[in-house]
Amino acid sequence: MSIQELENISSFTSKELVTDQEVRWCPGCGDYSILKQVQTVVPQLGLKRENIVFVSGIGCSSRFPYYMETYGMHSIHGRATAIASGLKIARPDLSVWVVTGDGDALSIGGNHFIHLLRRNLDLNLLLFNNQIYGLTKGQYSPTSVEGQITKSSPMGVLDHPFNPLALALGADASFVARSMDRDPKHLQTSLHRAAAFKGTSFLEIYQNCNVFNDGAFFIYSDKETKMEEAIFVEHGQALVFGENKNKGIRFANGQPEIVNLDEGKFSVDDLWIHDETDRYKASVLSRFYDDPAHAGHLPRVFGVIYAKERASYEQAVHEQLAASKTLFGDGDLDKLLRGKQAWEIK
Amino acid sequence: MIKKERSSIDDVVIRLAGDSGDGIQLIGSEFTIATALAQNDIGTFPDFPAEIRAPAGTLAGVSGFQIHFGSHDIYTPGDYSDVLIVMNAAALKKNLSNLKKNGIIIANEDGFDAKNLRLANIADHENPLKNQSLDGYKLYIIPITKLVKEALKNSGLGTKEIDRSKNMFVLGLICWMYDRSLNSSIEELKRKFANKPEILSANLNVLQAGFNYGETAEIIEEKYTVAPAPMEAGTYRGITGNTATALGLVAASVKSKLQLFYGTYPITPASDILHELSKHKNFGVITYQAEDEIAAISSAIGASYGGLMGVTASSGPGIDLKSEALGLAIMLELPLVIINVQRAGPSTGMPTKTEQADLLLSFFGRHGEAPMPILAANSPADCFDTIYEAARIALEYMTPVYFLSDAYIANGSEPWKFPNSNNLKGFNLNIATEKDITENKFYPYLRNENLVRKWALPGTPGLENRIGGIEKEDITGNISYDPNNHEKMVHIRANKVEKIASSIPLQQLDSGPAQGKILILGWGSTYGIIKTACLELAKENIIVSHAHLKYLNPFPSNFGEILEGFETVLIPEMNMGQLSLLIKNKYLKPVVGLNKIKGLPFSTHEIVDKVKSLLSV
Ligand code: SF4
Repeated sequence: MSIQELENISSFTSKELVTDQEVRWCPGCGDYSILKQVQTVVPQLGLKRENIVFVSGIGCSSRFPYYMETYGMHSIHGRATAIASGLKIARPDLSVWVVTGDGDALSIGGNHFIHLLRRNLDLNLLLFNNQIYGLTKGQYSPTSVEGQITKSSPMGVLDHPFNPLALALGADASFVARSMDRDPKHLQTSLHRAAAFKGTSFLEIYQNCNVFNDGAFFIYSDKETKMEEAIFVEHGQALVFGENKNKGIRFANGQPEIVNLDEGKFSVDDLWIHDETDRYKASVLSRFYDDPAHAGHLPRVFGVIYAKERASYEQAVHEQLAASKTLFGDGDLDKLLRGKQAWEIK
Repeated sequence: MIKKERSSIDDVVIRLAGDSGDGIQLIGSEFTIATALAQNDIGTFPDFPAEIRAPAGTLAGVSGFQIHFGSHDIYTPGDYSDVLIVMNAAALKKNLSNLKKNGIIIANEDGFDAKNLRLANIADHENPLKNQSLDGYKLYIIPITKLVKEALKNSGLGTKEIDRSKNMFVLGLICWMYDRSLNSSIEELKRKFANKPEILSANLNVLQAGFNYGETAEIIEEKYTVAPAPMEAGTYRGITGNTATALGLVAASVKSKLQLFYGTYPITPASDILHELSKHKNFGVITYQAEDEIAAISSAIGASYGGLMGVTASSGPGIDLKSEALGLAIMLELPLVIINVQRAGPSTGMPTKTEQADLLLSFFGRHGEAPMPILAANSPADCFDTIYEAARIALEYMTPVYFLSDAYIANGSEPWKFPNSNNLKGFNLNIATEKDITENKFYPYLRNENLVRKWALPGTPGLENRIGGIEKEDITGNISYDPNNHEKMVHIRANKVEKIASSIPLQQLDSGPAQGKILILGWGSTYGIIKTACLELAKENIIVSHAHLKYLNPFPSNFGEILEGFETVLIPEMNMGQLSLLIKNKYLKPVVGLNKIKGLPFSTHEIVDKVKSLLSV
């Protein structure tokens, strides 16, 4: 953070991020919580409000920019990532946020999504995953689970779903994290981490669509199931979960394995220590994606799974422009127009 | 043989053809420079094979280059050639139909051996150099490969390198035939092979050998002079349409002081613009090779939103993919230039071949009521002025603008009297400032008298606002589904485009009287051909008028009056009648179409003949 930015911390409040537009999500939609957490976190980032841009595509989540008193563009389906890429290259000084959904980012915009991650532009990519198409009223999405009954799959979804984190890591994403609408504190922490990271920060946010796919992720937030089904990872900490924190994950013979810490055979010292800079381990963590109905399934991972900075694309672009000026001098238009082989006619 | 004097001719069309590996394009470009230095006017056109590396010696591998030059104004690369120079049998087979009756053929004898005949699908006993089939032409058979080998026998170079320099023999020979100096070619070779002294000396050797062959062997009877053309005084360079397009963009960027962002995806025949622009990073030019055509235009929209000059480019199939994003740019009312270097379609069509069949696509190829300005360049050098103007309209009117070119002018070249940068017009930008805040509010869709909204750049305090593809309320830009508001906004967007007519020049006649029997109306790359046809007709005392549209949407405000002056409007187009349809519809004027959809430009005589048939002469 630059001194300039630090000085401007809290130059605006959460309230000042609220627009005069009526929020149009369905009552009870998980998007409300996400909006609230974003509006809470953004004023704490030391940014100037005029330097913030929210870009979205199409879908319920993509209405987001209209509710943020910053610069914003509500674009077309799937292309927010591509538009934001152009914007960030053009204006590296801006803090650019992309708000997208599972259909927007992974189906119609799948191509831009993976290419953004490999290029690694320094922007924040918030994917609201509700495993359904909400705005078009309830068709299955590329993250809907197999067998899911939706408007367009009355006998169950046949498609195998995407695993967004694994997909992102496959595209060499430099920051990959997961959080959820129903855990405001965790979501705020995750947003802080995403914002602080230089490079494309990909944050998947489980979001409840109470109208078309209600409760899809409740097992990760409900008191009764949360401890068994979700594991919250932190850098340098052992992978522990379960009621009374009595379970752990051990990495043995190239496989993750659930062990019971109460049985005396294994202690915390035997467990997998989370290292968010280890991309191999991150790949394995991203694969904790079993159907919770399966016996012996692994818990779903929340938190920053992978974070390792590498050069951002826009930085490389501008370095190349500067290098070109050093090598060839500032462009001279008349010289350029003249070319190499001009001739005179008298 | 008697040594003849050089005879003086007004103009000539030469076609060079050989295998893609024979260096035909290099002969072409070097001969073009030598000819330009001899102060002739010139038009050139390369004819690349569609395949990248077709097997050597086959018909698919033939590469060609046509040059038309003369002592008077030249507007086209020429229809039929006077001279055909071929390096092998396939090149002859492919290009013979393009040669005038009694034309000259210079054939490399070594390219007609059994192997080359077989590769060209010619039976052994049908070797055209031996079977009298070329009797209607003046045929010179020269063992070029052998002569080159002989010239380089002490060079120490391998067979491959020796063979590769045979194009320099041809260059030397034609320079002798047309009395061109070798100096510019020598300079270029020295530049090119500065680090390879053996190759340099071999090439210089062969170049001179070709020249000397003409001089001393006295086999070729034809030798000419072509007097300088009466060209306007000034400094010239040769330029292709694609290069002119790239330079026009750089110039617009420099003059508007807006960094250029060029978002694109490789596609024939537009990629050369990308190649050219990617060399000009020291002008701050950002070239972004996106993952696909949609990302290409989307990134340009993003850059434009951020305050840069956003430009995207493609050709037919890629343009189709950009449609949705173009609609977004229209809704956002952001400046954007979209370049379409048209090629023969539909679908993949014929990627290296020319066509003008995307005019209606440019007009109507978006859902909803989505008009946008359209400009078309009419010659290689004109691409510079036209793209510059497209950028002006985009920036001054906050709108995406179509710039149409096509494979014919994109790859063709002509001499260009390039401008001095001081003489290029500046731009009036519409950037919003804090002064645009009224009572603590900024209204992103408040407009000036031309219905143009302001460009609110992120980073400007107090102008925070949201824009998007959803229909918006007039002035505030807030989402609105109000029926009356939607209709109003549709009209505003359309009227904004119409109002551009007041900022563009009135339509002029290129030649001919303001009233008469026939107006030939063209647009885009047919300019030079129509112009040449008019000159041909005038030689026969047939006077027609010629108007050529650069502004296709909106049309110049006086355009209807111009049409009124003529009994018949003849519209030659490389499509099935797209401008015809627009003219018939807008001006209720009966028109006669002359349509060609062969992937090839018109030839002059096709237009001449049509005019004659209309006049029954
Ligand atoms: S449809 Fe679902 S995701 Fe969309 S606003 Fe309603 S609850 Fe939220």
